[in-house]
Amino acid sequence: MTADVLDATFAALADPTRRAILARLARGEATVGELAAPFAMSQPGVSKHLRVLEKAGLISRGRDAQRRPCRLEAGPLRDAARWLENYRDYWEESYRRLDGLLAELQDEETRDPS
Amino acid sequence: MIRPEGLVVSTPSAVEVVLRRGFAAPRRLVFDALTRPELLRRWHGARGWQLVVCEVELRAGGAWRFVARGPGGAEMGMRGVYREVEAPARLVQTEVHDGWDEGAALVTTLLDERDGRTEMTTTVRYPSQEIRDSVLRTPMERGAGEAYDRLAALLDDTKGTS
Repeated sequence: MTADVLDATFAALADPTRRAILARLARGEATVGELAAPFAMSQPGVSKHLRVLEKAGLISRGRDAQRRPCRLEAGPLRDAARWLENYRDYWEESYRRLDGLLAELQDEETRDPS
Repeated sequence: MIRPEGLVVSTPSAVEVVLRRGFAAPRRLVFDALTRPELLRRWHGARGWQLVVCEVELRAGGAWRFVARGPGGAEMGMRGVYREVEAPARLVQTEVHDGWDEGAALVTTLLDERDGRTEMTTTVRYPSQEIRDSVLRTPMERGAGEAYDRLAALLDDTKGTS
């Protein structure tokens, strides 16, 4: 996965409205009108967010010209989640080394109290 | 309390990342491990990354400099200045990664001890979105937790609503 694709994914996720839209779509596909309903936002406003999400590959739109339902595309999210895991795992691995060091330091103190 | 799942990453605001981790040791030892070069070299880094330069001038206004060397000889450097040094409870320092064009992150580390165990809370505040984006591209992905956390929050939302 390239840095550009990740950037687009994270930029798309940076906005709380877009995250809410994705959370809604995780429950099933929806039309622009259905997505706009819970937000204090016009349909054109929601459409703007949908374009960002579509460009990032996070959603796709149906072909039905009337409804054009939106659905969640799991691929980029899964890739980004893997990246998140990678980051957390990197530092967790580092901190496990620190766990080991702290245990050694405590052993030394027990054996050689000064 | 010590979280059994290890490191927890979260973001209280758009420019902050918070890392929380429990350690089964008193905080003076954790503080030493975070600030003494001979100890830092023994744990800092993973997956083949290791500190090859580790300089710490531990006083308010004192400078620090780390260089980590990774697989294939890749190097990544960072530096900064300590703003507050209150052993063993609190450490505030600036952090600039080599290649950043502007601004510094502000890193605040709090060590809270209970029953001989330590809860470490590290808050990283980024100066701008540009810096954050540059952090996203660094080879170690150091400091990228902010964006990750957005994702984690989204995935949590998703779990909660499905």
